[in-house]
Amino acid sequence: MLKIDDMTMKFGGVIACNKFNANIEKGQVVGLIGPNGAGKTTVFNVVTGVYKPTEGQVIFNPKEGEEYLLTGLSPDEIAKLGVCRTFQNIRLFKELSVLDNVFIGNHLRIKSNVVSSILRLPSYRVEEKEMYEKSLYLLEKVGLKDSMDEKAYSLPYGMQRRLEIARALATEPKLLLLDEPAAGMNPQETRELMDFIQEIKEEFDLTIFLIEHHMEVVMGICEEILVLDHGVLIAQGNPEEIQEDQRVIEAYLGVE
Amino acid sequence: MGNLNFLQHLANGISLGSLYALIAIGYTMVYGILRLINFAHGDIFMLGAYITYYGILFTSIPWWLVFIFASIFTGFIGLLLEKIAYRPLRESPRITILISAIGASFFLQNFGIVVFGGRPKAFPVPNILNKVIRLGGVSVGIVTFVIPTVTIILLLGLTYFITKTKTGMAMRALSKDYETASLMGIDINRIISITFFIGSFLAAVGGVMWGTKYPQLMPLMGVMPGLKCFIAAVIGGIGNITGAVIGGFILGLGEILLIAFLPNLTGYRDAFAFVLLIIILLVKPTGLMGEKITEKV
Amino acid sequence: MKDKNRFNNISLIIIVATIVGLFIANRTLDDYKLRIINLCGIYITLGLSMNLINGFTGLFSLGHAGFMAIGAYTVAILTMPVPMKEMNFFMKPMVPFLANLEWSFLPALLMAGIMAGIFGFLIGAPVLRLTDDYLAIATLGFAEIIRVVFTNTQSITNGALGLKGIPNNTNVWWSWGIGLLTIGFMVFLMDGSYGKAFKAIREDEIAARSMGINLFKHKVMSFTFGSFLAGIGGGLLAALLGTIDPNMFRITLTFNILLIVVLGGLGSIKGSVISAIIVTVMMEALRFLDESINLGFVQLKGVPGMRMVVFSIILMVVVIFRKEGLLKES
Repeated sequence: MLKIDDMTMKFGGVIACNKFNANIEKGQVVGLIGPNGAGKTTVFNVVTGVYKPTEGQVIFNPKEGEEYLLTGLSPDEIAKLGVCRTFQNIRLFKELSVLDNVFIGNHLRIKSNVVSSILRLPSYRVEEKEMYEKSLYLLEKVGLKDSMDEKAYSLPYGMQRRLEIARALATEPKLLLLDEPAAGMNPQETRELMDFIQEIKEEFDLTIFLIEHHMEVVMGICEEILVLDHGVLIAQGNPEEIQEDQRVIEAYLGVE
Repeated sequence: MGNLNFLQHLANGISLGSLYALIAIGYTMVYGILRLINFAHGDIFMLGAYITYYGILFTSIPWWLVFIFASIFTGFIGLLLEKIAYRPLRESPRITILISAIGASFFLQNFGIVVFGGRPKAFPVPNILNKVIRLGGVSVGIVTFVIPTVTIILLLGLTYFITKTKTGMAMRALSKDYETASLMGIDINRIISITFFIGSFLAAVGGVMWGTKYPQLMPLMGVMPGLKCFIAAVIGGIGNITGAVIGGFILGLGEILLIAFLPNLTGYRDAFAFVLLIIILLVKPTGLMGEKITEKV
Repeated sequence: MKDKNRFNNISLIIIVATIVGLFIANRTLDDYKLRIINLCGIYITLGLSMNLINGFTGLFSLGHAGFMAIGAYTVAILTMPVPMKEMNFFMKPMVPFLANLEWSFLPALLMAGIMAGIFGFLIGAPVLRLTDDYLAIATLGFAEIIRVVFTNTQSITNGALGLKGIPNNTNVWWSWGIGLLTIGFMVFLMDGSYGKAFKAIREDEIAARSMGINLFKHKVMSFTFGSFLAGIGGGLLAALLGTIDPNMFRITLTFNILLIVVLGGLGSIKGSVISAIIVTVMMEALRFLDESINLGFVQLKGVPGMRMVVFSIILMVVVIFRKEGLLKES
C-alpha cells in the first residue's frame, strides 16, 4: 500500500527525519510512535505532500498493478489518489457548518463543472444530492448528525476530532493517516475511538497509519508499530516486540 | 548621451534612491515585527512635509530646527497611529488589520485635503539648499548632495541603535521570533511604539527632504512614494533593513535612468516600480535579502 | 426543503417589489435621483464581485479599479459612435480598427466582462501563488499598471484626456437587472460545491489542500469571476457617466468598494447588497459636507474632502469595533 524509501527531510541544518523506511501492507493498522519532536508529523507531511523530502521517495500502490510516486505531487493530487489525513492540531473549516465541512470533503470527486453548478443543471443536482446523502451518512456514523447545522468551532474537542475523520472519509481514501486521534480524550472516549477506528477500517476497506501517544490505543489496535527517535527509525515490530525492545524503552525514558 | 549628462542623472538617481530608502525602512521595520503593511506610511511622509511647511511659515525658529522638530513631531503621530488603528486589532485576522491600515491612510489623505487644502503648496526651500554648484560642467543643486549625506548619517545612527542598544536588540529579537521574544519578558507594546516612532521619523525626514528637492506639496503626495517604497522594501526582502535600503536605491536609480535612457517611456515611470515588483515576486518572492519562511503544519 | 421553498418565496417577493419600485422610480424621479438609483445597482454588482474574491475566497486583492477600467474602456470604445470618436481623438487619431467599431450595448457589456475576465485570469495565474500581503500589493500594482498604460496609449484610450460622449445606455433596468443577476449568481455559486470549496480555502488553505482541493485552480476561478463582474460593473458605470478618464480608476475607487464589502461584512451577500445601497446613498447625502449650502439666513461653508474623512472614520470604527461588519447579525 505505502512504501517509504530512505526518506530524509532537512530544514536548513536541522534533520527532522533521517533515512526513514516503512512498508505498510493493505488492510493493516500501523502505528508511528516516538517521543515529542521525533519527526512523526514530518513523516505524515512528507507522505501527504506538504513537504518535499530532501532525499528518498514515497510510493503508493492502492491495488495490484497500480503504483504512484507520491514524491513531488501536491497535497491535493495525493488526496485525489486516495491518501487523506487528519491534523494533530485540528484544522477544521471553523466558521462553516459541520455538514459543510464533510460536504467539502466530497468536492475533490466532483464531475460537474462550475458552470453547471451555478446553473443548477440536472447533472449537478443529482451529484449534489449524492454528496449530501453521503455526508449525512458519515455524520451519522461519527454521531454528529444532530449538530450538523452548528458551526465547526462550536463543537467540543473530541467531536471536532471525529468531524475531522468524517471529513477525511468523505474524500474516499484508501489510506487514512490519523495524527494523534486520541489526543485530549478521556479513557471512555479513547475506548470508543478504538472501536470506531476498527469499524471504519472494516466498512470502508481502509489501511490506517496513525501517530499516537496513548499507548493503549497503539498497543490495542496496531498490528505493526514503528518507533521514531530523533528522526531515526529505532524499532519496528508487533506490539509485544515493541514493548520489550530495549532501545524503545531507553528512548522513552531518556536513558543514555 | 554625454558622460556629464549621465553623471547628473546618476546624482539625481542617488538622491531619489536615498529618499526611497528612508521611507522603505519604516515599512520594513513595521512589517518585520507585526507582519503588517502600514498603508498609512506614505501619508505620514506627507504629514512630515506639511508640518515642516507650516513650521517654517508660522514660526520664527531657524529652518533646520524646524526640520528636526517637525520630523520628531511626525514620529509621534506615527506612534499614535499605531495606538489607535493597529493596537486594538493585534490579535485579529490579517485582513482586518490591513483594512484598518487602508482606512487610516484614507483618513490621513482626506484629513490633509480638509486641513491643508487640495491645491498644491510651494515648499519654502531654505536659500542655502537652493544653491546650484557646478562641478566640471555639471550643474547640480546642493540638495542633491545633502539628501544622500543625511540619509547616510541616519542609517549609521539606526544601525548603531539596532545592533548596540538594548532596545534595538529587543526589536530584532521580536522581529525574528515574536512569540519567544514576548515570553522572554520584552515589553512588546513599548518596542512596537518605538518602531513606529523611528519609522515615521525617518519617513518625515524623507518628506522634508522631498520638499526641498521637489518643492510642491499636495495631500496625496504620499500615495505614490508610499507604494513605491513598500515595493522597495519587498524587493530588498521585507523585514530586512539593509534590503530596504538596497531596494530603495535600485528603485530610485532605476526610475531616473529609465527616463534618461528611454525618454519614450517617461509616461510609464510610475509603472516601472510595479513591473519590477511583479518580476521579483515571481522570481524570488522573498526579495533579494529575505529569508524563506516555512509554514508550520 | 420546506425552508428552501420559503426562501424562494421571499426572494420572489423581493424581486417583484424591486421591479415595481424601479418602475415607479423610473416614472417619477428626476435625473439626479435616478442616477443615484443606477449607482446603487452598479455598486451591488461591484461590491459582490469584490466580496467573492476577498470575503468568500479570502484572497486579499486590491486590483478592482483596474478591472473596472478595462470594462469601462471596453464599453466606451465599442459603443461610441464613429464621429464622436473622431471628435475625442483630436490629439492623435484612434487606431482605425477600433475607430470604426460601433457595437450595441449588450455585446459591448459582455465584452467588457470578458476582457476584464481574461485580464483577471492572466494576472491571477502568476500572482495568486502569493499570500495575503504580497497579493494585495501585487494586485494593486497591476491596477496601477493598467491605469498608467491607459494614460499612455493615446491612440487607443485617448490617454489622459479621457473619453467624452459615451452613449448613456445604462438605465435602471440595466443597472438593477445586472445587479439582480449578480445576486443570483452569487447565491447559486456560494451554495454549490465550488462555492463551498472557495470558503474552505478562506478558512484553512492547508486543510483545503489536504482534502484534495486544488488551491490554485479554485483561486484563479474565483478571481476570474470577480474580475469579470468588475468589468461589467465598470462598463455600466462608463455608460452611466458618459465620461471616463484614467484618473477615475485610482486606488481610491478600489477603497470605496472595499468600504462597501467591509461594512456589509466579509462573506455576506445580503450585507454587500444592503451596504452598497447605504454607502451610495450616504455618499450623495453627505455631499453637503463638501459643498457650501445656502440655508437662506446663513451660508454654511462646505469643506472639500470632509465627506471622505467621515467615511474613512466610519470604515475604521467598523473594523476596530465590529469586525463582522455593521450589517451582519452576530
